[in-house]
Amino acid sequence: MKTGFHKIMENPVVADYQLMIPLFLYLGLVYLMAFYSNRILSRSGNFIEEYFIGSRGMGGFVLAMTLVATYTSASSFVGGPGVAYKMGLGWILLAMVQLPTAWITLGVLGKKFAIVARRVDAVTVNDILRERYRSKPVVILGSMSLIVFFIAAMVAQFIGGARLFEGVTGLSYNTGLIVFAVTVIIYTTIGGFRAVALTDAVQGCVMIAGTTALLIGIVNLGGGVEQIVSDMKAIDPALVSPFGPDNFISRPFIMSFWVLVCFGVIGLPHTAVRCFGYRDSRSMHSAIVIGTIVVGFLMLGMHLCGAFGRVIIPQLAVGDKIMPQLIVTVLPPVFAGVFLAGPLAAIMSTIDSQLILASAAIVKDLYLNYIKPDTAEDLQSRKGLQRLSFWVTAIVGVIVFGASFNPPDLIVWINLFAFGGLQAGFLWPLVLGLYWEKANAAGALASMVTGIASYFYLVIFVKRFWGMHVIVPTLVIALAVFVTVSLLTFREEDRMPEVFRRG
Amino acid sequence: MINLKTNKKIPDGTRFAQANREAFLSLLLALMYMAWWYFTAYGLGAGPVEDYSYIMGFPSWFFLSCIAGFFIFALLSFAMVRMFFVEIPLTDENRVSQDNGESSCG
Repeated sequence: MKTGFHKIMENPVVADYQLMIPLFLYLGLVYLMAFYSNRILSRSGNFIEEYFIGSRGMGGFVLAMTLVATYTSASSFVGGPGVAYKMGLGWILLAMVQLPTAWITLGVLGKKFAIVARRVDAVTVNDILRERYRSKPVVILGSMSLIVFFIAAMVAQFIGGARLFEGVTGLSYNTGLIVFAVTVIIYTTIGGFRAVALTDAVQGCVMIAGTTALLIGIVNLGGGVEQIVSDMKAIDPALVSPFGPDNFISRPFIMSFWVLVCFGVIGLPHTAVRCFGYRDSRSMHSAIVIGTIVVGFLMLGMHLCGAFGRVIIPQLAVGDKIMPQLIVTVLPPVFAGVFLAGPLAAIMSTIDSQLILASAAIVKDLYLNYIKPDTAEDLQSRKGLQRLSFWVTAIVGVIVFGASFNPPDLIVWINLFAFGGLQAGFLWPLVLGLYWEKANAAGALASMVTGIASYFYLVIFVKRFWGMHVIVPTLVIALAVFVTVSLLTFREEDRMPEVFRRG
Repeated sequence: MINLKTNKKIPDGTRFAQANREAFLSLLLALMYMAWWYFTAYGLGAGPVEDYSYIMGFPSWFFLSCIAGFFIFALLSFAMVRMFFVEIPLTDENRVSQDNGESSCG
């Protein structure tokens, strides 16, 4: 097997049709679902509600899968395991911080969020902010920052996907980017949110299958867990400690990830929007359990693959290359094709959600609210609205696609930049808006501006704050500003509106 | 308004109180997981690597915090939902539900 790997290294072009068959079958299935969703869309009475939130029809399984699939992205499947390869078991400890995401996002935003969203017909997170704060600047700033950060995040995802495609199939980076980007853009554009959720559910299953097979393959090839762990210890004992080589994973550093990838996730708009897209309480309950199991399994499994991979292929410089190399080393070609689909699925399922939300921000939050408010009521213009939504989705997709041709190195950090920026902007306006009566527009606006600005400043100039990721001071600043400004400027008419208070 | 599982009546205007309780419990469960994760990992893993004990081939700290922690808290999330979460209707009574109409007959 090790010789097989060397052969690949000398001759990296293994454009093997066996590998492509399952991949293209899978892409075909994705297109089918897009057409199915498009048919439902064309029959739907309310275009906006169907296209952007799937008429709030998600059951427990689809909700769990779309939540997890959206959340597990290139960084969990390519970047994260790449770092685990270098850092060992300590990085898995860090990844497992994400276990509570399903119960914490669904639970904290909770049924109150779902009930309010139904009352005010919200299809985007900004709709909720608009009803709560009744402030044009809050909605415009929210929509603009969402669009900018999502574009940055999607570029990182595209790069991850194309690189993976390149690494496994041997076809060029640009070919991978084209196949991959065209698929995502088409199915999201024609199918809307329903296509996004359905493909996410399938992609979630593919990820689970891929992770299982890869992990079993690696453990077998490495001679069992005990052997692998002792081999890791032989390479560097720090690989089996919680701290990693050179104490890289210090305690303040790892603890700050509880804020970044666990509690802060509540504020991610593409996660939050799913928290009012489900059908009923029962769907939410089962999604909490299924989502927790799936997210735990994927995080544990994928990062174990990365960490154990160190023993299988000891000498890799670029961490991002580890997953593709492991897939081709461990699995026979036809299976490799199936399992390449796993991480590609993770990436596509993140891009699709961000794409549909960026489109919703432009069409619903900006255009319908402030540019042409009467369009929504006018049945005559339904066709125009539909055309506009399709075009906006497609154009945003193409912009991102164009920006992905000149890729930088470790994608995990780029992705975290957008990730933290979104949290800085949305976490407090959402959570305090739901639970604090005195939260007002001035507070929300001040908090969004200082949160996002200080995040930029801290990431660029400070990098680590007392050993912690800078998201921690960012969110503290944003909270302090929110509370102070709200209390100072509060007037009685700012009090939480009736629809947010009447159980 | 009725509980969709037990068909018992839910007192008017109490849905948000229930939702707040559920939000609080979710937060509490996350904090409990954080404590488990922290104390197993650093309680057993902070010492020198030569002194580690092992469970099923994994260092004990890793097995308990990452593998056992996953199973225990997946189970606890199930228990939390089963024991404390209530199947409240999400649409208001005066609005006809758009999905299957189950809340419009309450």
